[in-house]
Amino acid sequence: MDLGPHAAFIVTAYAAALVVLGGLIAWVAFDYRAQTHKLAELEALGIKRRSSDRPAPASP
Amino acid sequence: MTMKDTALRPEAPGPKKRSMAITNLANPSRFLALVNPILPWLAAATALTFALGINQAIFVAPDDYQQGATVKIMFLHVPSAWLGMFCWGLMSIAALGTLIWRHPLADVAGKTAAPIGTAFTFLCLVTGSLWGRPMWGTYWVWDARLTSVLILFLLYLGVIALWRTVEDPSRAARAAAILTLVGAINIPIIKFSVDWWNTLHQPASVFRLGGPSIHPAILVPLAVVALAFTLLFLTLHLAAMRNEILRRRVRTLQLMQAQKAGE
Repeated sequence: MDLGPHAAFIVTAYAAALVVLGGLIAWVAFDYRAQTHKLAELEALGIKRRSSDRPAPASP
Repeated sequence: MTMKDTALRPEAPGPKKRSMAITNLANPSRFLALVNPILPWLAAATALTFALGINQAIFVAPDDYQQGATVKIMFLHVPSAWLGMFCWGLMSIAALGTLIWRHPLADVAGKTAAPIGTAFTFLCLVTGSLWGRPMWGTYWVWDARLTSVLILFLLYLGVIALWRTVEDPSRAARAAAILTLVGAINIPIIKFSVDWWNTLHQPASVFRLGGPSIHPAILVPLAVVALAFTLLFLTLHLAAMRNEILRRRVRTLQLMQAQKAGE
């Protein structure tokens, strides 16, 4: 594959996309892990939401 | 900060039946029950579409007769630009949900879309600069299209800053919603800037009267990559909304813990 005389610009653009979109995916994934971990810790201490004691709402 | 966390309510109160129906549809618990099984499938569809689209863009699509191989930057630049604008449009709908119905899930949708839209707009600006340097001889020019996209990027940063600086979540949501609706004026300006002003940026070549001016050999891979970007946006937005609902639950439990400790 020949990218011609402007190959550096093309490669840099694809590398930038990889970094930006990869960073976005990693941020969302790590945030999910952090929140579920914190929630599990609090529930292990016996702190629960009042609504979690109620039965789940009936589906429409 | 108040103990009240509206995102955690199974159902927000409302006297009208119509608003109750909307509330039930977007109940945070039901939202999580719906999103959890969907997300892995959506992520798989995104990965598959990306594999197909990037393969077509790099190995199948021909070089442009004028721009040569630099046209490959278009497969990143154009979908990023579309998603940057689409995301603001979605945030504007969410802002209406916040201001008219005061729905907590609308706050969540608007808040979580902002960083994703920022990333796509940033990618649009970076890839545009990298495409502009070999084609125009400059990374940047203050023409109407480039400037209006830069304003969109700054507006995104403004919305994120509002969410971070206003401590009361409901006030932050209303302030961010107002800024979002004001900023929505910029979306048609971006779209029509190339028609209204004399710009270095080329006029519309896909969504235009008379149909696309791009050859199908390049247009089809562009459509596949655009679909991949859209699926990625949907996956990330749903996942980020789930994270935000969990974050609000964590905060409520931490406040309950602090209240217990104080008794």
